[in-house]
Amino acid sequence: MDSAIASLYREHYGRILAALIRALGSFELAEDALADAFAAAVEQWPREGTPRNPAGWIAATARHKAIDKARRQSWFGARRDEIQRLIEFEMSADANDDTDSLPDERLRLIFTCCHPAINRDAQVALSLRTLCGLTTEEIARAFITPASTMAQRIVRAQRKIRTAGIPYEVPSNEALPERLESVMAVIYLVFNEGYFASSGDTVVRKELCAEAIRLARILVTLMPQESELRGLLALMLLHDSRRDTRTDTNGDMVLLEDQDRRRWDHRQIGDGLALVKEAFTIHSPGPYAIQAAIGAEHARARRAEDTDWARIAQLYAMLLEIQQTPIIALNYAVAIAMAYGPGRGLALIEDLEASGDLEDYYLMWSAKAELLRRMGNFSAAASSYRRALTVVSNTADRRFLTRRLREVEAR
Amino acid sequence: MEYALLIYGNETEAAKIPPAESQAMFQGYMEFTKWLEGSGKMRGGRPLEKVSSATTVRVRNGKTTTTDGPFAETKEHLGGFYLVEAKDLDEAIAIAAKIPGAKYGCIEVRPIQNLNM
Repeated sequence: MDSAIASLYREHYGRILAALIRALGSFELAEDALADAFAAAVEQWPREGTPRNPAGWIAATARHKAIDKARRQSWFGARRDEIQRLIEFEMSADANDDTDSLPDERLRLIFTCCHPAINRDAQVALSLRTLCGLTTEEIARAFITPASTMAQRIVRAQRKIRTAGIPYEVPSNEALPERLESVMAVIYLVFNEGYFASSGDTVVRKELCAEAIRLARILVTLMPQESELRGLLALMLLHDSRRDTRTDTNGDMVLLEDQDRRRWDHRQIGDGLALVKEAFTIHSPGPYAIQAAIGAEHARARRAEDTDWARIAQLYAMLLEIQQTPIIALNYAVAIAMAYGPGRGLALIEDLEASGDLEDYYLMWSAKAELLRRMGNFSAAASSYRRALTVVSNTADRRFLTRRLREVEAR
Repeated sequence: MEYALLIYGNETEAAKIPPAESQAMFQGYMEFTKWLEGSGKMRGGRPLEKVSSATTVRVRNGKTTTTDGPFAETKEHLGGFYLVEAKDLDEAIAIAAKIPGAKYGCIEVRPIQNLNM
């Protein structure tokens, strides 16, 4: 596809599709019509020139094609309400040949795609397909899944929407908090797939970070009063700002404290910091906003040694009040150690060790080892590194731990 | 749209519920049914006898086999059902969540096939 049309596709697909689904009451009909409209553009524009309002042309063409197709299908006995809807749609169509007047139905679309009656994998696939305009093949490559499996997943989800009567609606106020959590979980999942991509087609997989950010931006615009959406967007922007410094030329992870901060994306950091502030102002912060604030402390520090660890510890304490998990408790312990000395951190880690929750989590043993090392207790540090090595799975992490072990063994 | 709301529960666990609570649940069902009828959305519904009273019938190659018990050994068993009219799945879910059994077991919400074309 011509690159101008490709970028038009990416930018407008979700919005036009969402409006078409609303008008037609069918995902499949809307998708087909939009695909036909883009195909027509690819064929006609080189000959006839690009229209002055390209997105409007696409929207109008899709509408007309949808009506034609629906008419042909309905000839074989559609329900009366479907025919009525088509008539109304046709009457409104000629009046609104302009994308700006297209109502933004993307909220309905994303809430529908992320409905709890659809399983999480399908929620992700459907969201990327309908809101971001990714093809089934692109999504399949991004999640390292065969394309046929991905296609089936999407078809089944669309069938479930139709058969079970999943409504194309923004949830009621009472249902909204839970449903919004689902949407945010999907977006964050997409982001993490891309962020931790270290195998497979990494280029495609890293695109996922951009798509997740794009989805979050749309939502922040459409639901400006939801503080956690800003928190989520900020969190992703801040993580993503470090994309160029996270790995070295061997593909090994570079620790935060060793990254070259000049190569962080400072414009993105600026956006992220502003969003964190807004999230904290709108509402008392939820988990995404707090995690974003922690990211903000790292982003704000010119050098690793300038990091305000006391503030980070405070933020982890806030997070623990709403999300009491062993991993967050570990992060809290590390922050305490950085702010107030390894002894205090070690005491907290020993509590965690006693609970047994993180027995198989190499980072706990690794953190313990690190603190023991700083306290000069090298043989205890070595035992902890050895313990970490028994539960680590990633080869890059294994290399890192082995190096550390050798260092303390030499002391 | 019409939906079947299938009420699943663990009978062994149910037997352990103290009588006062059990009575309250029964009362809850009476109230729910009354509410559903009043709303105009009820299309049917019945409680079933315990699963020990079940009999399973299969016909293969013209031969009928009858066995004692439910079709499969599961922890939770079908205890009753309602048939409701709802405008979409979210409404059906909201109705299902009001069923007392939802607090102990679960309610499977299944759309009824629409054969009108």
